[in-house]
Amino acid sequence: MSVLAELQKASLSPGPEFHPEKHPMDDFLRMDRMPHIWCSTCGIGVSVNCFAKALEKCQVPLDQLVVVSGIGCTGRVAGYVKVDSFHTTHGRAIPFATGLKLANPKLKVIVFSGDGDIIAIGGNHFINAARRNIDITVICVNNFNYAMTGGQMASTTPEKSILSTAPFGSYEFPFNLPFLAESVGAVYVARWTSLHVYNQTNSMVEAIQKPGFSFIEIIAPCPTIFERQQKMGDGLDRLRWYCENSDIRNGASTKEADIRLRDRMVVGKFVDVERPTYLQAMNAHYQERLGSKYKVYEG
Amino acid sequence: MPVRQRENPFGFPKPETPHGEIVILEERCKGCGFCIEYCPHQVLVISKRYNLKGYHPPEIAKPELCVNCGFCRMICPEFAIYTYETKTGDKP
Amino acid sequence: MKADPKGVLTGSHYIDGDHACCEGALAAGCRFVGGYPITPSTEVVERFSRRAPLVEGAIFIQMEDELAASIAIQGAVWAGKKAMTVTSGPGFSLMMEHIGLAAMTETPCVFVDVQRGGPSTGLPTLPAQADMMQARWGSHGDYEIIALSPNSPQECFDLTIDAFNLSEQYRVPVMFMMDECVGHMMERVVIPPADRIEVTPRRYTKLPPGEYLPFKPGPDMVPEMFKAGDGYRLHVTGLTHDYRGYPVMSPDVQEQLVHRLVDKIRLNAPKIWRYEESGVEDADVVIVTYGITSRVAIEAIEAARQKGIKVGMLRLVVVWPFPEPKILELATRGKALVVAEMNYGQVFYEVERSARGKTPVVLAGHGGGTVHEAEAIVSKIEEAYRCRS
Repeated sequence: MSVLAELQKASLSPGPEFHPEKHPMDDFLRMDRMPHIWCSTCGIGVSVNCFAKALEKCQVPLDQLVVVSGIGCTGRVAGYVKVDSFHTTHGRAIPFATGLKLANPKLKVIVFSGDGDIIAIGGNHFINAARRNIDITVICVNNFNYAMTGGQMASTTPEKSILSTAPFGSYEFPFNLPFLAESVGAVYVARWTSLHVYNQTNSMVEAIQKPGFSFIEIIAPCPTIFERQQKMGDGLDRLRWYCENSDIRNGASTKEADIRLRDRMVVGKFVDVERPTYLQAMNAHYQERLGSKYKVYEG
Repeated sequence: MPVRQRENPFGFPKPETPHGEIVILEERCKGCGFCIEYCPHQVLVISKRYNLKGYHPPEIAKPELCVNCGFCRMICPEFAIYTYETKTGDKP
Repeated sequence: MKADPKGVLTGSHYIDGDHACCEGALAAGCRFVGGYPITPSTEVVERFSRRAPLVEGAIFIQMEDELAASIAIQGAVWAGKKAMTVTSGPGFSLMMEHIGLAAMTETPCVFVDVQRGGPSTGLPTLPAQADMMQARWGSHGDYEIIALSPNSPQECFDLTIDAFNLSEQYRVPVMFMMDECVGHMMERVVIPPADRIEVTPRRYTKLPPGEYLPFKPGPDMVPEMFKAGDGYRLHVTGLTHDYRGYPVMSPDVQEQLVHRLVDKIRLNAPKIWRYEESGVEDADVVIVTYGITSRVAIEAIEAARQKGIKVGMLRLVVVWPFPEPKILELATRGKALVVAEMNYGQVFYEVERSARGKTPVVLAGHGGGTVHEAEAIVSKIEEAYRCRS
């Protein structure tokens, strides 16, 4: 039977369970698409696990949750979570999420994408959405390269890293994402690694519940591409490295959060402030200006 | 002198350490080793078996030491391991 | 279904094409505009930003670039609103990737392109009609869109409503190809009462979650739609996908999906074509034109008829899908064709292709910056008439 015929047959039924045993999080995942494509010891699966746990903890009704992602390894997250999910074009997950949120403010919109997608090609959208304080949560899994296409240099790549488009080592200075996010007005900024699962989960709970633009950066190992090109072992070696070399400094200044390839790393919850969201500011302003002629926008 | 758990000067109820049962969904495992490495009581070890994908899944070496901390479940990228609380009891 | 009266500014107005387009969008039910300013289309979003706070449920956001604007509207569509974005040539080029995304995910939305002199920055304040091929072929891959071309501010109002209706009917992005002249000329625009405006509602499915397949086509090759937040929990992707919306890397799914996206418009084309004929029956030469050039052509026709040449006009209202059978019919009946457009040949090649060599086809074109001189069209009419005999 051709692939197509098999799929058409499958489309008419809910889809075969991949495994007879069940994990408590299986209701949250599209089990008919498992196993996922992420490599062994990749950190993205850990982030999805923490995300599932965070949703359980903050009891967001899953019918109102929307996950938007871009292109890349992390961009595949949208395809594996069983909520309304959108796999959009490269770098444009944030404006798509903006459109979703503004058209229906009751939706809880999460952008789950990678570092190249969010801050390189999507950089302009990132800084403007943060400036406007659109009420979305951006989870950026940072593996320091463009992994899906084979390990090219990214704007978060630490100096002296060897990558497929920097075969003699990179000489570009990378972004300090928490510093960038704070400076453009994000109201919640945190950075954790794949090892810090409980911290990640708690940060996700806080970010989802907090109105405004929340940004969580998750430093994840990329064993097949980044760690292999740097000859730093596999994901487990990298987690051990995070364990030895990451300092949890909640409330630290984001200026100190630069990442160097073999230096100590700062993680923690850096920023947690209050600012009116885009819709709150819009409604307040129009009510003041237009008085009774203006009906508060609720979607 | 530190107050040890067995001494009970104020008559409080004795704290009970939870116990967990571990379920490993072997066919999902991709052999990353995170759960084995980061179990606080080293309950898991790498097995010599292969699953269908060709990886060595973990196996439970010291089941009585599991305290249902849930770290293995949280850190598994494949949703291949979880624990649930069974009974409480004294722990050494 | 009838238009929502909250958005309809009934009455007789003296406004320009850009403003009329904005009113048409509001009358059609558009409640989200993600815009970016670019001459000569800025007035559309300026008016919408002024109207939106006073129309219940409408919201305007000026995005940071055209890339963001063209995808923010798609987010708004999937959250349940009708949405539109507005741009001109340079912005239209930027939006191409997302036009492809809208075609692939079958997102109903309207892209307004108020054409100006190009290429590149070109003549920002002067008209041209040189984006017509780009509207059809601009994005990569195989897909089909619908494109309309108004020739007056009144048509800017009426055809914007039709653009929204067509996009909902066929779940396809619709290109509304104005030009700077029509956009900035002020004429009387009559907006009827809301109960006389027909609006196509979004074709939401009535099937419950679990039974509904988001990309399974109905009998007219168009699938029913859902919106985020209704509990369907479905996946929408720009990758090649099957009926469930899941990405599948295989040539037969590519064939199944992309062939349908293309056939959806091609096989429904007879219901979508729209053109106006005047004086064609006894004509020896027919001018094929669209947009503002059609108004100059009227003068050229009169001048040519006074010289003794019988000339008619075929004005394309829907330019894409292109009405090939109509051109073939005119060609077979021995009428020479003159294509008058403000470019160096775009729709001209479609006309030439559709005529299948049965009749001479002559281009009356120029690079834009001003409308045609009637004499220039007349001289091309004479040339076509000579070629015909």
